Amino acid sequence: MAFKLNVNGHTSTVDAPADMPLLWALRDILDLRGTKYGCGIGQCGACTVHLGGQAVRSCITTLSMVKDQPITTLEGLSADGTHPVQVAWEDIDVPQCGYCQAGQMMTAAALLAKNPKPTDHDIDTAMNGNLCRCGTYLRIRAAVHKAAELTGTGAGTRSAGAGGQHNRE
Amino acid sequence: MKRTEEKARLERRSFLKISLLAGGGVMLGLTTEHKAAAQGRGTPGPPPDPHNYIKVAPDGTVTIIAKNPELGQGVKTMLPMLIAEELDVDWKQCKIEQADFDDRKYAAQSAGGSTATPVNFNPMRQVGAAGRALFVTAAAKTWGVPESECTTGSGRVTHQGQSLSYGELTAKVADLPAPDLSTLKLKDPTDYKIVGHAQTQIDLHSIVTGKPLFAIDVKLPGMLHASFERCPVLGGRVVSANLDDIKKMPGIKQAFIVKGPDFEGMPLRYPDLVDGVAILADNWWQAQQARRALKVQWNEGAAAAGSSTAFAQHAAELAKQPPQRTIRQDGDPDAAFKSAHKVVEAAYSYPFISHAPLEPQGATAHFNNGKMEIWTNSQQPGSGRRQVSQILGIPQDDVVLHMVRGGGGFGRRLTNDYMIEAAAIAKQAGVPVKLLWSREDDMEHDYYRPGGFQYLKAGLDSSGNVVAWQDHFISYGEGKDFVSSGAIGAFEFPQRFVPNYALQSSVQPLGLRTGALRAPTSNAIAFVIHSFIEELAQAAGKDSLEFRMTLLNQAPAVAEGASAPPGVNAERMKGVLQLVAEKSGWGKKTFPKGTALGIGFHFSHQGYFAEVAEVTVTSPSANAHKVKVNKIWIAADVGHQIVNPSGAENICQGGVIDGMSELMSQKITIEKGRVQQTNFHQHGMMRMAQAPPQIEVHYLKTTYGPTGLGEPALPPILPAVANAIYNASGKRVRSLPFSDSGFSWA
Repeated sequence: MAFKLNVNGHTSTVDAPADMPLLWALRDILDLRGTKYGCGIGQCGACTVHLGGQAVRSCITTLSMVKDQPITTLEGLSADGTHPVQVAWEDIDVPQCGYCQAGQMMTAAALLAKNPKPTDHDIDTAMNGNLCRCGTYLRIRAAVHKAAELTGTGAGTRSAGAGGQHNRE
Repeated sequence: MKRTEEKARLERRSFLKISLLAGGGVMLGLTTEHKAAAQGRGTPGPPPDPHNYIKVAPDGTVTIIAKNPELGQGVKTMLPMLIAEELDVDWKQCKIEQADFDDRKYAAQSAGGSTATPVNFNPMRQVGAAGRALFVTAAAKTWGVPESECTTGSGRVTHQGQSLSYGELTAKVADLPAPDLSTLKLKDPTDYKIVGHAQTQIDLHSIVTGKPLFAIDVKLPGMLHASFERCPVLGGRVVSANLDDIKKMPGIKQAFIVKGPDFEGMPLRYPDLVDGVAILADNWWQAQQARRALKVQWNEGAAAAGSSTAFAQHAAELAKQPPQRTIRQDGDPDAAFKSAHKVVEAAYSYPFISHAPLEPQGATAHFNNGKMEIWTNSQQPGSGRRQVSQILGIPQDDVVLHMVRGGGGFGRRLTNDYMIEAAAIAKQAGVPVKLLWSREDDMEHDYYRPGGFQYLKAGLDSSGNVVAWQDHFISYGEGKDFVSSGAIGAFEFPQRFVPNYALQSSVQPLGLRTGALRAPTSNAIAFVIHSFIEELAQAAGKDSLEFRMTLLNQAPAVAEGASAPPGVNAERMKGVLQLVAEKSGWGKKTFPKGTALGIGFHFSHQGYFAEVAEVTVTSPSANAHKVKVNKIWIAADVGHQIVNPSGAENICQGGVIDGMSELMSQKITIEKGRVQQTNFHQHGMMRMAQAPPQIEVHYLKTTYGPTGLGEPALPPILPAVANAIYNASGKRVRSLPFSDSGFSWA
């Protein structure tokens, strides 16, 4: 079947079965490989994208469920890394392996769009579906706060150096 | 002699020429290959040559080669930092390039055992210093001044007001002989501008912008996507499969049987290539869909009898019998138990667990004109290449490995099964193939952390000192051999610290592949030993910290001039215990009922770690207990230098979170030879809301050489949290995971 997908502001036609998960259309057909496969059953959040502004698991969202809703992937937050979430992730030096971080950032961006000043509790609740096998949760928390600050100041300006609120000697 | 030198220079020149063409500009030599090194495969590798690690462009851009596989442990940043520091360039001026696998140039290229720092700390600094020396020599010759009067900084050589950039000196450097590494003077650490300062990781910008970085992201022209069905029982052989039906399914391009090497009986290690059926399609999802319709007749073999219940029953029987072996005995444990004031006994156990790195296993391979080219995130590419060569009958020189970033390793990618599968499938398919495992494939076909059982007995004297210790360690194996990572070391703590000590073992056979999981053996043994030590502290009526300090003081003194005994260095361990006690306010705080601190320490992978956890336990019912970890303090002695404080802190924090996942909710069980768990919902990982709000990392700087952080932070957190739970709730849990005993994260 042919599906018209609006991904990151561009419309493409994808010829694929209706029950194909969006994840595989993005990765293997549209060549947007920033979105990652982790579990295939909506347990880990590595495949998180925005569908109509909502954070969804693209591994269990079929093409037939997309309809005419716009899709945003990590590549669409900003291509050059200037979205406040991306800037904050770099500033705090969040990742270890980095594999889950596309999903983490997409969930964080969706949270901040709805809740520009989230508390720790808000962050924990919103981010709880995203597994980080390396255990970077403390830095993710710090980075979401940092992104909220950057959003508040209306800028994705990068501050110098690694790290923010972590203990160093 | 002269001829040899000349020949070497000619060889170097020819290599430089190639690099000129490839670089499209004037670049410092790329690949100096020493004849001796080329012959020395399998022996200690070539001495580090700056020409293999450093490229300098005329515009001054410095490119540093990162030699080891990167899977999130931070070596792609850390090793080049060491080179850049001694080369005396600005970190921001450097580009970092991942090396392909080439043991002729780089000697060992692997990721495992927390070895990158101790193995490379000196050689990488020497590489940088040699590079710097070359530029100093070139500048001094240009100006006709003594080298000793030249200084460097920010990629420039300076002499009394005149200055040349490294870029301007590249042409002159090419003709210079490489300096003798052993005579180079290295920087005083107080002069470090890069090392010891937090640097963000190299691939960070690519990660946050979603660039294709990982093995799963590799894409080749004409590539097909492969899914591979294996027998649910290890060692099962394919009898037949409905390949014709599969080939008719949508999007399917090829379907065929892959045969693993023949083997007999139930060896300790099955071949890394097992039988299976490969399905190739235009996209991976369609290959997976077709797999649902696949019908394979298997000859399952002997491992089909495996059962976790039976393993546990067998272990309980073995515990009643005399141990099969004595690994180590000191003093007279039997006599000491008879005369002990108090004897404490306890039985501990831990399950098989899966590595489950977030990026599932997979590799891309292309077999063309007799050459096999592979893109892999292997932690041990060298052994992978050897196996591909042996199993598929391709000369090693015709197996080319590109090292691609891995989405976590944790020891899973020390075994190369998935890369060998990709190569085997590509060889049969005749087109480039990307093999990807599903999460279910990954959880059902891992090289699991072996489970085990430990029956412990300790004797205390009337002052509460430990005078006797006996550990009957029950694992898996055959005869004298343990399965991979299912062993215990003869010098495991508290050997040497208890005068009458017996470490004994028994094994039972296993039809499951096992392997190293982050902090192998220690990740299980630390929980057992240091939970039991807490039980002894309670029995002795002593404070947990004081009891451990006393135990650490019990080792016999080492004679002056004698070499250090194997195992724990008591002074270093006491140092980190003292530090973690200070930082956590041990013994100085009072908590409400249900909240308490717990302590644990462990020595592994050359690292000394002591950790304290503060937990709150609430029990909504008699059989349900909720645990909130409020805060963790880590104290580490990994020598005199933390190379990258940002990466170091991150990996220490991640290590304890990993350990808490193992403590609470990870277990692999086997029935009829089949692994019962399929995905993350059955093999829990700590989540954001469960993670402690704070994990403090403190380093005790000592005079010892720097060692690694990838593993040793993990083991002590299991007993620290277990002991905190006991102190908070009075519940002593002796079997992992705690979820089996009614515990869960709050």
